[in-house]
Amino acid sequence: MAVRDATVTGPGAGRPGRADHANHAGRAGRAGRADHADRADARIELSGVTKRFLTPSGEAFTATRDVSFSVEPGQFCAVVGPTGCGKSTTLSLVSGLDRPSEGSVRVGGREVDGITEGISFMFQADALLPWKTVLGNVAMGPMFRGVGKKQALASARDWLRRVGLTGFEDHHPHQLSGGMRKRVAMAAALINEPSILLMDEPFGALDVQTKAIMSNELLGLWEQLRPSVIFITHDLEEAVALADRVVVMTSGPGSVKAVYDIDLPRPRGSVQSIRFEPRFLELHHQIWESLREEVQRAYARTTGETS
Amino acid sequence: MTTDTTHAADTTGTATADTRATGAGVRAVRRRRLLVLTARLGVAVVVLGGWQLATTVGWLDPFFFGQPSGIARRLVEFFSQGQQATEFGSFWLQIETTLKEAVLGFALGAVTGVVFGVALGQNQFLADVFGPYLKIVNAIPRIVLGSIFVVAFGIGETPKILLAAVLVFFVVFFNAFQGVREVDRNILANARVLGASPLQIVRHVVVPSALTWIIASLHTAFGFAIVGALVGEVLGAQNGLGLVIKTAQNSFDPNGVFAAMFVIAVIALSAEWLITKLEHRLLSWRPPSPSEAAAI
Ligand SMILES: Nc1ncnc2c1ncn2[C@@H]1O[C@H](COP(=O)(O)OP(=O)(O)OP(=O)(O)O)[C@@H](O)[C@H]1O
Ligand SMILES: [Mg+2]
Repeated sequence: MAVRDATVTGPGAGRPGRADHANHAGRAGRAGRADHADRADARIELSGVTKRFLTPSGEAFTATRDVSFSVEPGQFCAVVGPTGCGKSTTLSLVSGLDRPSEGSVRVGGREVDGITEGISFMFQADALLPWKTVLGNVAMGPMFRGVGKKQALASARDWLRRVGLTGFEDHHPHQLSGGMRKRVAMAAALINEPSILLMDEPFGALDVQTKAIMSNELLGLWEQLRPSVIFITHDLEEAVALADRVVVMTSGPGSVKAVYDIDLPRPRGSVQSIRFEPRFLELHHQIWESLREEVQRAYARTTGETS
Repeated sequence: MTTDTTHAADTTGTATADTRATGAGVRAVRRRRLLVLTARLGVAVVVLGGWQLATTVGWLDPFFFGQPSGIARRLVEFFSQGQQATEFGSFWLQIETTLKEAVLGFALGAVTGVVFGVALGQNQFLADVFGPYLKIVNAIPRIVLGSIFVVAFGIGETPKILLAAVLVFFVVFFNAFQGVREVDRNILANARVLGASPLQIVRHVVVPSALTWIIASLHTAFGFAIVGALVGEVLGAQNGLGLVIKTAQNSFDPNGVFAAMFVIAVIALSAEWLITKLEHRLLSWRPPSPSEAAAI
């Protein structure tokens, strides 16, 4: 316990801002993180989840059907599936932004009702507030949770340093590059020290090199905080390289096609070099076989429908 | 090796080209500015000079259409005759009265417009209940309300303030309402997940987002405030520029009307300038528009 605490405070050790932050904003998270193996409050469980939307013409459109999978506390779970299969929809159900039409979404054994406690969400689209500075954006999380302004700003500075954005505190989002904006979003998501982290194609729009750097950073930060993660991606290599578990979804209406446990040892080290290990290639091949069918089916359907 | 040297040569070449481009750009911008300024002055000279000429030669009757030199003379009289400038006190008093009515009406209308706009934009139920009524009231020619206000509140400042406020309210309200409706769903969801309370969402997300719309409406709204104050004064008042205009009209003094009009234009332009300042301050986060960040 003491050892883990030391590693958690490690990056900011000796900095007053960081110590303050740990005592206030992070207390609940840290107490829970002390032994993440039995942090039951971070277990995510979806069973039989169906989500329908009402189309403008009044018909019901089924986005996901009978989705069931679970994410253990502290586990890194990747979700892959063809476009439009309901991945983002599933995340909005876990976050509590939306309700399932059928089935249950449980976090820590409790049915999700309202915004889920201890959750952070990195959205698929840019969701930074354009009228706030980078610092203001990152400090929002603690401020909304009642942390004093001074402390919130101090820990926001610390998190910007951790994602490598020192010196950009007073910039506005539109003055940053796409990759930098994603870093800000990552800092804003992690500053609350979430026990659950939802990421919707966080690095989807980035070039390969930036993506690799950000993935490594994410793994480093995840190993310090150890939240349960649901990570949506189109990039199967990324999914296998990062995750403990990969969920493959079928083309829409999405349901779970298969779940693969990734037994690559941790810490994984660099995301670029793990790609060449035999076990990685084997897993990648296996999951790709399963995913390819769905991608082709989804593609055939969209092109078939439009023509 | 060879690639290295060509590369180096390239960069130095680009550097001098860059400085040259900057110099040419600065000169081009300066030349354009000069040209615009000259053309502007030209337009003023043609319009005012043509007017003066037409009334002097006799193509237009200065008795009906006024005359620039006459207007200038009238303006000097207004400002130099102290208490005798008008039948109801100094010209400054008239300006002060109208300005006070317009500013108070503007403030009242803008604040209530923003409050109602945000509330109805946030709450679908309220929007559904009040929506049709607002549309009806908006369809009424609201200037007519001035008569009712004068009857109800007398010829003091209150009816003018109210008329100005009503005119401003609708402009600001519809913009604030629309602005709230246009808040980015992702940003809203993000704030909610971060743990913002409904009040914090209004303060940190909804209002800043709608501010672009609200401030855009304030530009037109101040014009409406002045119109409200003037119409109120024409309908019945003891002081004010509207009364000056009405008196000048009744004594067949077009130069007086134009002189008052000129003063009102100066007031409106000053207000516009202040609102633009406010806009730059509040919306400093916005990326510069393409015209501001002009490419060479
Ligand atoms: N609010 C909504 N109303 C109606 N239909 C919706 C709504 N949200 C999503 N859908 C539909 O549900 C389906 C799944 O959408 P979702 O955004 O979850 O897909 P996704 O798997 O995240 O796709 P992508 O990988 O392209 O992001 C889509 O067909 C979409 O059109
Ligand atoms: Mg999506």
